[in-house]
Amino acid sequence: MLEITNLHARAGDKEILKGIDLTVRAGEVHAVMGPNGSGKSTLAQVLAGHPAYVVTEGTVRYEGQDLLDMEPEERARAGVFLAFQYPVEIPGVTNAYFLRAAYNEMRKAKGLEEADPIDFLDLLEEKLKVVEWGSEIMSRAVNAGFSGGEKKRNEILQMAMLDPKLAILDETDSGLDIDALRIVASGVNSLRRPDNATIVVTHYQRLLDYIVPDHVHVLSAGRIVKSGGKALALELEARGYEWLTEETVPA
Amino acid sequence: MADRGDGAGVSATYVEEFSAISPRENARESWVQQLRRSAMDRFAQVGFPAARDEDWRFTNISPISGGTFQLAPADVSGVAAARLNPYLFAIPGASRLVFINGRYAPGLSHLESFPAGARVRNLASAYSADGAITQRHLGQYARPERNGFVALNTAFMPDGAFIHVPAGVDLGAPVHLLFLTDARSAARAIYPRNLIVLERGARAAVLESYVGLDDVASLTNAVTEIVVSEGATIEHLKIQRESEHAYHIGTAHIHQERDSRSTSHSVSLGGAIARNDLDVTLAGSGIESTLLGLYLGRGRQLVDNHTAIRHAYPSCSTREVYKGILDDASHAVFNGKVFVTPEAQKTDAKQTNRNLLLSDRARIDTKPQLEIFADDVKCTHGATVGRLDPMSFFYLQSRGIGLPLARRILTYAFAAEVLEEIPFESVRLGLEQTVLRRLDEQVSF
Repeated sequence: MLEITNLHARAGDKEILKGIDLTVRAGEVHAVMGPNGSGKSTLAQVLAGHPAYVVTEGTVRYEGQDLLDMEPEERARAGVFLAFQYPVEIPGVTNAYFLRAAYNEMRKAKGLEEADPIDFLDLLEEKLKVVEWGSEIMSRAVNAGFSGGEKKRNEILQMAMLDPKLAILDETDSGLDIDALRIVASGVNSLRRPDNATIVVTHYQRLLDYIVPDHVHVLSAGRIVKSGGKALALELEARGYEWLTEETVPA
Repeated sequence: MADRGDGAGVSATYVEEFSAISPRENARESWVQQLRRSAMDRFAQVGFPAARDEDWRFTNISPISGGTFQLAPADVSGVAAARLNPYLFAIPGASRLVFINGRYAPGLSHLESFPAGARVRNLASAYSADGAITQRHLGQYARPERNGFVALNTAFMPDGAFIHVPAGVDLGAPVHLLFLTDARSAARAIYPRNLIVLERGARAAVLESYVGLDDVASLTNAVTEIVVSEGATIEHLKIQRESEHAYHIGTAHIHQERDSRSTSHSVSLGGAIARNDLDVTLAGSGIESTLLGLYLGRGRQLVDNHTAIRHAYPSCSTREVYKGILDDASHAVFNGKVFVTPEAQKTDAKQTNRNLLLSDRARIDTKPQLEIFADDVKCTHGATVGRLDPMSFFYLQSRGIGLPLARRILTYAFAAEVLEEIPFESVRLGLEQTVLRRLDEQVSF
């Protein structure tokens, strides 16, 4: 589904990703872990097409397409979804309007008609259950005045509505209390299917108790320094990141 | 100034026109005629504001002051009722007074029944029927001395609306004052004049709409005086959507007495030159006043909002939010004065002016002007000029929303903060649609 080869990216003059190689197949869950500043959020944002980053080298193939050549909205329409670490507040636009606009843009891109409003509401009602929300949230402005937990739940609601092939969760666990973490994680799990894949970017192992990864990668200074199975996450929890980051220091 | 001589010449044409339509000066003339005559004398002395006047520094009114806009013809016939439909709001129980080129059109108006003692009628009929109230208030707040435009309006004022709500009475559903101009107003002037008086504890909601039915360069010189007596509450909404070739100079003065509440909404879309002056005088303690404004500019439109809030008594709070969206080579001016006298302790005054520039050629001159002479006050002000936030764009794009729609959504969201406070749902929804349509025309890729 996704094949990242020798990916280099910078923000301004600062090189952040220094040669990432990563392959994700349908049905898999990959965890990308690493200390602060290792580049894991940058990787997530580069995949979604964040304009602040410039790719200087390498390729990203997604479903046979050159992902880096696509605009952010084209990536989204092709099934890439980024759950933001810091979801953006949009005062003045209701959640309902925003979700319907996004949903219909996706449909239009597939050559479909705009959704019938009743069908849309039925689907929305079903997906609200994924994040254990009532419909009141839909009349509030997008993320405006939301708590940290509400913002993350809203990201998962959007993900549920837009039904991505490749979901990238960027530190979705940060700032969540245990209830919100459970809701977010079970939401993500309920959306897993054999034909989609998930990349979970996280600093802590905690989320991986709920969303169990098939592969774990450790990023340090813009490179993947270790990959392994889910046991690697537990080892990181016990030992921290230092033993890995030290390994990468040139002799 | 080079235009000084022309200015004097232009003034003379207005003086001549006034003489032609006025009865000869005589000892028995009515108070209205005396008011008109002294206002005309005033205009003859001062003429139109000049660029050296601080309040007109950024607003070049030479297309107005250099022309001679004679009174628009008095004929109100020939406007089909259906032409009004796009500008009416489906407010249950609402009355409307319709004016064609500044003259009352009873055939197009619609008056519901009002609570006992309340008056809703055209002003020209109120001079005699409600003489005591009109005489007491007319010209007392927006005084002819204010500037040449107010003087000229006072001299001519063929008609407008008169609303009087007695003590303790709630007028109920909003009253819509609809000022329509059509092709007959081309290069002509209309002088709407409105007087709204709420006695103690009264309540009312009034919408003032200015609409251009035809795309002509008319001049609207409107004056509205609003008296909000002790404990009374007013919601006032002004919607200016005249032709983008028209000139609009509007002066509103809200006079508030103790413990009264006022909310003023202003939405300005039309006009080649649109100037809105809004003065709020807080003549007592415990007053609340809110001033909300939205202005859109495109092409070469010039839109200017001058507001002045006078805190002269303790414990009043005012909140002002004006937002502008400017495209193409449009130019906006915002001047927000807040005066706080030494007596006005415990004043709470907040002012914000935020502007969104959609084009490199668009321009805003924004000037908050706070003059505070009391020490125990809370006054804040802020002005911003910016573009749409790139992170918000990215967020929408990452959800599959393309740039054109993202831009529409974010631009509208900027305006929504002001519109969502409009209290009548049908008006709010109607205006949201109007603004969205306007943005759709405006947003180009």
